[in-house]
Amino acid sequence: MATAITIPAEREHYLNKEHGISSWLLTTDHKRIALLYLLSITFFFFIGGFFALLIRLELLTPAGDLVQADTYNKLFSMHGQVMVFFFLIPSIPAVLGNFLVPLMIGAKDLAFPKINLLSWYLYVIAGIMMLHAMITGGVDTGWTFYTPLSTAFSNTHVIEAGLSIFVAGFSSIFTGLNFVVTIHRMRAPGMTWSRMPLFIWAHYATSIIQLLGTPVLAITLVLVVLERAFHLCIFDSTCGGDPLLFQHLFWFYSHPAVYIMILPSMGVVTEIITCFSRKRVFGYHFIALASISIAVFGFLVWAHHMFVAGMSVYAALAFSLLSYSVAVPSAIKVFNWTATMYKGSISYSTPMLYAFGFIGLFTMGGMTGLFLASLGIDVHVTDTYFVVAHFHYIMVGGAVMGYLGGMHFWWPKISGRMYPEGWGRLAALIVFIGFNLTFFPQFILGYLGMPRRYWQYPPEFQVLNVLSTAGSTILAVGYVLPMVYFLWSMRYGKIASDNPWGAAGLEWKTSSPPTTFNFDETPVVTWEAYNYDEIPTPEEVAVER
Amino acid sequence: MSDSPATMEHGHSPALRHHFADVEQQRNAASLGMWLFLATEIMFFGGMFCAYLIYRISYFNEFAAGSQSLQLKVGAANTVVLICSSLTVALGVRAAQMGKRRLLVVLLLLTMLFGLTFLGVKAYEWHREYEEHHVPGFGFDAKNLIEEHPKLGIDPQHAQVFYSLYFAMTGMHAIHMIIGVGLFIWLTFMAWRGEYGPEYYTPVENAGLYWHFVDIVWIYLFPLLYLIDRKPLG
Repeated sequence: MATAITIPAEREHYLNKEHGISSWLLTTDHKRIALLYLLSITFFFFIGGFFALLIRLELLTPAGDLVQADTYNKLFSMHGQVMVFFFLIPSIPAVLGNFLVPLMIGAKDLAFPKINLLSWYLYVIAGIMMLHAMITGGVDTGWTFYTPLSTAFSNTHVIEAGLSIFVAGFSSIFTGLNFVVTIHRMRAPGMTWSRMPLFIWAHYATSIIQLLGTPVLAITLVLVVLERAFHLCIFDSTCGGDPLLFQHLFWFYSHPAVYIMILPSMGVVTEIITCFSRKRVFGYHFIALASISIAVFGFLVWAHHMFVAGMSVYAALAFSLLSYSVAVPSAIKVFNWTATMYKGSISYSTPMLYAFGFIGLFTMGGMTGLFLASLGIDVHVTDTYFVVAHFHYIMVGGAVMGYLGGMHFWWPKISGRMYPEGWGRLAALIVFIGFNLTFFPQFILGYLGMPRRYWQYPPEFQVLNVLSTAGSTILAVGYVLPMVYFLWSMRYGKIASDNPWGAAGLEWKTSSPPTTFNFDETPVVTWEAYNYDEIPTPEEVAVER
Repeated sequence: MSDSPATMEHGHSPALRHHFADVEQQRNAASLGMWLFLATEIMFFGGMFCAYLIYRISYFNEFAAGSQSLQLKVGAANTVVLICSSLTVALGVRAAQMGKRRLLVVLLLLTMLFGLTFLGVKAYEWHREYEEHHVPGFGFDAKNLIEEHPKLGIDPQHAQVFYSLYFAMTGMHAIHMIIGVGLFIWLTFMAWRGEYGPEYYTPVENAGLYWHFVDIVWIYLFPLLYLIDRKPLG
């Protein structure tokens, strides 16, 4: 391989162009901001993971012996808030999307580089507020801030946590706004809408949700804070307010927020599967429009979180039907991925293993979502571990698998180095096994009736809980491993060529790592996306040389 | 590298940022970005309008009585002030496009003057409502509403919902006005230095769009809060 690389040791790229702290903290380069985000979300991922491990440790035994009930309430609340708002929502868009959206469409940067940096600073401010709230006593409302618990009864730091998520929301809005404008206005000549990588389509759909959903969460949290701090009467039922209104407003954002997490992951998986099947994607337009329709349908299903909250049964029927409809575009994607692999020449590289994991786990998460969308079953399993297992299959099995797959796939582009492939495959396997061992037993537990959010449980549930806790420790190993070998590879990894996977896409046509303005000359696109029949594999390139 | 002459089709404008191909692309991007931001603002206020709609249907009598306790003439005068400020900012954008620096500065100052007048009047109204014990959480008391509208069967608690929404909505609107005035202070300074002209007036245009949006929110808030069922009640 070394002979194939003609990069001089001191070639200038975005990482070595400038040095020093201020060259990072004041950068407007989308690639550097992506790395700032990578560092910060990794930090919060491990904080949230730490809470998760404490939760699983408490649930190892039926008695509440490790922590007290109040502490347990805080643990799962802060696990949820950190993981949702400080890891999953920013994960793929703010790291991989930030890095790749301009590269993939042939732009020099995002449309508003300073707003991009501002979005990271808002994230940091929000993160500090959240950390402060956690250190000084935490929050115990669950990540959902349901009223009247959050406004009247909780004695914890609801106001600070709520404002922290308010600020984090603006960080998310600015990322989405930047992407939409960039995708509309900054595409290279010839990069038509139907030539864009599906990763871009997925991010476009995600950004629309971020733009239209997040402000509703913002005003909802403001109203909660006003009610708690100044005793306004908006959600308080003792003076005629309606707690259900809070739930409607909250889920109007927080259901689509699930699609903020999963759509970018679907975009990543599409890129990986076409590359490692060496085939054009099957049904390009259907996958692109499926992303958009998931974004649109996602706004029409929120009340399926409230079937037992006391709303009208006729509304519940309508929301149940609409919730089913999300399965159609999701299934279109799954079928198109499998059709893309059909008769492809598949290689089992690390990113592809994550993509396989994604398809399997997302399908299970999605199918159990249909259980929960049907009124009869939902009444039975509401607020049980069945729900917990379901959304972890989507958020962790889906979104995080896609994120890790994407990190491996684009790591050579980001760092200019290869990660160790053997370790990569091992970690992917460990994550898959650990994940299933953690969360599959929770489906059964929930179906048997174990409620969520309790720190103790009847002894007959112990075996499945022990399995789940054991799985979570395996999962933790699977998450620490990539962090270790990614760090290792930055110094000792094999130097990556510009296109180590033989992948289509403009990001592979520039150097690894790219220069500050991405392309020496603005590329002109004359080909369809995923023209793998026209691109030689890395092996073919090696033979030719 | 981006400054290489080959990529610069339209000459080198000092306002052109390195990652745009030309001034027009930059202007289009900024404009689309502002419109998208206003879309997020619509959703932000939309949450409160949604709450308003639901509670107004549920507690109509209390909303009507509460609405009539507000000072109609003061609110109407304030609406006129705000519409005037929209006019001056629109003229300001035109002045920037035509490169009339002094006129732009004057119009921006006028806009701020109107904006601050509105805020001052609003503060006066809030103070009066505080004195009437109509602020939820600060000794709220609906006694005078019940006395004034004996036939409506006013529930003092439900009246509190009206005033909660009133303060939340006008308060959020006022915060947006304050941000707008802050923007105009900066714009006036930049305009004074002659930064804007026919070549580059995007910040003026975008701040103007924002200001119009804030005005339009008030155009909805005024009838919804001040004009509920004014006539038939005695």
